[in-house]
Parts: sequence; C-alpha cells; structure tokens
Amino acid sequence: MINYIKSIWEGLWTVLVGMRITLLHLFVRNVTIQYPKERFPIPDGTNGTAMARNRLELDMDLCDGCKRCSRACPVNCIELDILQVAKGVEQPILKNGDKRNAWVPSYEIDFAKCCFCGLCTSVCPTDAIKHTTEFEYSSYKRSGTVSYYFDDKKDYDRGLKFSFINLTEAEIEEKKRVLAEFKAQQAAAKAAATVAKPEAQTEAKTE
Amino acid sequence: MGETNFLIKLLGDNLITVLLISALPLGFLVVYALLAILGELKISAWMQERVGPMRTGWKGVLQPLAEVIKLIQKEDITPDAANKPLYNLAPYIVFTGAYAAFAVIPFSEFFVPSGINLGLFYIFAVGSIGAIGIVMGGWASNNKYTLLGAMRSVAQLISYEIPGAMAILSIAVLSSSLNMQEINKAQTGWFWNWFMFGGPGSYEKLWVIPFTLGLTLIYMIASLAETNRTPFDIPEGESELVAGYHTEYSGMKFAMFFFAEYANMFVVAAVLVTAFMGGWNSPFGSFLSGPLWGAFWFIGKSFFVIFVQIWLRWTLPRLRVDQLMYLGWKILLPVSFICFLFVSLFRMLN
Repeated sequence: MINYIKSIWEGLWTVLVGMRITLLHLFVRNVTIQYPKERFPIPDGTNGTAMARNRLELDMDLCDGCKRCSRACPVNCIELDILQVAKGVEQPILKNGDKRNAWVPSYEIDFAKCCFCGLCTSVCPTDAIKHTTEFEYSSYKRSGTVSYYFDDKKDYDRGLKFSFINLTEAEIEEKKRVLAEFKAQQAAAKAAATVAKPEAQTEAKTE
Repeated sequence: MGETNFLIKLLGDNLITVLLISALPLGFLVVYALLAILGELKISAWMQERVGPMRTGWKGVLQPLAEVIKLIQKEDITPDAANKPLYNLAPYIVFTGAYAAFAVIPFSEFFVPSGINLGLFYIFAVGSIGAIGIVMGGWASNNKYTLLGAMRSVAQLISYEIPGAMAILSIAVLSSSLNMQEINKAQTGWFWNWFMFGGPGSYEKLWVIPFTLGLTLIYMIASLAETNRTPFDIPEGESELVAGYHTEYSGMKFAMFFFAEYANMFVVAAVLVTAFMGGWNSPFGSFLSGPLWGAFWFIGKSFFVIFVQIWLRWTLPRLRVDQLMYLGWKILLPVSFICFLFVSLFRMLN
C-alpha cells in the first residue's frame, strides 16, 4: 500500500519535474541559425583561426606551373599543361617578384572530384592555390567548364570544372609561337656552334 | 432557453436563429483550430530551442493556413481494399462526435447553444462517438496498422472513460446539477469558489480541497487520453503504427481527423474549465465579469488548459498499452472512487 502511494507520488512528482524543465526551455533563447539569412561563421584564416577547407581558388599571377599540386592530388582532380618561357626574349615575373619559369596554358580543377584534403595548398611553393570560404555550389552538370577569370565566378550552372587560365587563346598562340621561334633560334645557334666547333678542332689539329 | 442565449433574445426563436446558433461554434472552431495548430508548432519549437515555422507571414503566423490549403489540395486516396462507405464516413463521424459536444458548451452567461439539463452527461455520451469513427476508419482501411490503432483506441476508451466519468460525477454531486450553466453559476465569486478548490463554502470545505484537486487532475489525465494526445497517443503512435488509425487517409479526410482532434481538445478543455475552473466566471469576483468578459474568461481558461496539454505533449514520452491500462484501472479508478466518496460525504455533511 505504501509502495502504491509512493509510486503514485513519484509519478506525479517526476511529471512535474519534467514540466518544469520544458517550461524553462520555453524561455531559453533558441539556437537556430536561419541559414540562408544568417550564417555560421566560417573560419577564414584570420584572427588566428585555421582556414576552412572549402572550394579552391588559384591565383594565376602566382602560379609558376610547377605541377606539384597536380602530383599531390590524391583524386587527380587538377590537370595542367605548361609552356616554357622563352628566356631572353621575354622576362615575365610573378606577383611575388620571382621570375616566371613557365606559362600555364591550361589549368583545370574538377570540383566534382575534389575531396578538399588541402594537400595541393600545402605543397604549393608560391601559395597560389588556396581554399576559399565558399561552400554553396552545386550544379546539374558535372563536366561543364567555368572560366574563373572570364566568367562570373559563381556561375556554377555551367558545371563544376573550373579553368583558371587568365590568358586568351590568341595570347597562348602568341606565347607558343614565341617559344617555338626561340627554340628554333636556339637550335640554330646550337647547330651553328656544333658546326663551328669541329672546324675549330680541325683547325687546331692542322696547326 | 431565451435567457441563456442572446441570439434568441435578439432575433427571436426561428429557424435562422437556430442555424446561426449551430454555426457559431463552427466559426469559432475554425479560428481556434488555426490558433491551436500554430500554438502547437511554436510551443513545441520553443521548448526544443528551435524557432518553428518562420517563412509564412510574419514569424510564420500564417503557417496553419498554409497547411490547411496544402491538405485541401492533396489527392484524396481511397485504397482499393478499403470498405468504401465506412472508410469515407469515418472522418465525418469522428468530427461529428467532437462537434456535437459544442452544443452544450457554455461560452458565456448569455451564450450556450443549447442549455439542456443533461449537459455534462450529454458531453460524455457524444464524446464516445469519436471512438466509433476511429474504429470504423481503422477497420475499413483494411490495413494492419490502422486496425491495431483502432483496437488500441477502444481499449484506451474503456480505461479512461470511467475515471473521467467519476470525476464529472463528483461535480454533479457538488453542484447538484448536470446543466453546464447551473454548474457555472454555482462557482460564481472569487477563484476559491471554483470546484477545483472545493466550491463555494466556508472554512469547513478546506478538508475536501485535496480531493477536488485530485479529481481535477484525474479528469485532466483522462481528457488527455480522450483526445489521443501524448502521453496517451497510443492509437496513433507514429513510431509503432505508422500513423495509427488514420494511416490510409489523405487530403481532406485526413484534415477532418486532424480538425476533430483539435475540436476534441477544446471540448475536454471546456469541460474541465466548466466543471472545475469556474467556466465563464471571472477569477476575481465581480471584477471584469459580464457577458463579454465571460466569453473572454472561458476561452482564456480553455486556452490555458490546451496550453497545458501541448506542454505535456512535449514533456512526456508515450505510455505503453499496458502502462495505460495500469494507470487507468489501478490508479485513476481507485483514486477517483476515493475522491468521489469524500466529496459525497462532504456534500452530505453540508
């Protein structure tokens, strides 16, 4: 009998305790972040925070085409070609003041493949490739190419392959031509040198 | 009847007045249901430290309207294997049962749709009609989950109806009337004249207050079971029975069940308020009392009871069937008998 009354009392009391808790929660400030209107702060590398690993971006004025990013990438989402700089004919420099060794006529990152590991950013010698805080991108097309420098930077409707080339087709052709000419010139100089050398040697022998 | 109904006084006793009187609670019910749905959404959200619907209208106040429009637009599906006449009839019977109770609910001193002398008894009689509709819907849907839900609903009905009836019977003893208006009039005065606090009387009534409070609690618990609300939402336990007896219903028919549930919530709140909390009486004696203030107090108290129902819903987990049976038969019933006994004794001594 005593247990019976005790259990009734306990049941009532625990309900009241629960009701007290829910009532207190009724007046607590809510924790919802109304996402598209409000956003959770993303660590962006400032104020001592680490950088969030979201979409990559590449500064072509810093990229020297060393291909380390492409080699470091575990999912092979970075593809690039390089074109040697015709040294002597032109003397381009990077944004950080170093001499540019190569032009990059094609540089594509496929964000449909990218796994945001950040290995490419850690191996980049000039910090050209970096993470951004942008994470809201999706596309109905996987393979369409967006040109980072010539299209709207947020034009994800075209696809998730990003091209980071800041040279136009004509400029690339021009660079190729200059390089080919330079190489031809060099080859000619070399040939001339090889022709000249034996002559010199034979001259020496005869003397 | 004329003195209890201002519409008859104003417009005379004719067919149009009768129609108007029977339509008035329906209009109130529609507005109330929208408010209650919003309240349910918002209170549940706030208790969980969320914000609830925010996009429809200012802070989401139009959300219930959007939900009703959505429900009306939905396809009305009748399963092939269902028993069509019963299946189609069930939601209307459930709603009729809930709405019929509004006939005797005294909204104010001068407005009760029908001031019959058997008010409380009538409410209990029509209150069980809803269970018939639930069984009909659950059986006719031809689905094991709906059938289980319906069976649970009936098992539940028997368990809670008797303690609830005992609590109401004690009120009949205290007020010596079953007329809702008479019960209200017996509680006129300050809030300590409410039957919750033993009704009007001198210091002699002090010893009966625990029993009347206990009866209030018992009726509150029984009413939760009657409206199929958590912690007694066994017939529609989502995690066990998909959606219980209304699993197969869609569109307008589901809306009917939904509407009936909210109507039922108001009915039990109104009975609780009328029987135990003074109905349309102002809690402060003659201060703020009058026909319009009466409607205000009545609806305000009912809304408070509905708030408590919502509050409990977001506090307690669902009971198991056997736990409900234990609660109904082994706790509520004996306790209500004891309370009834002492209330009757108190009535005899006075």
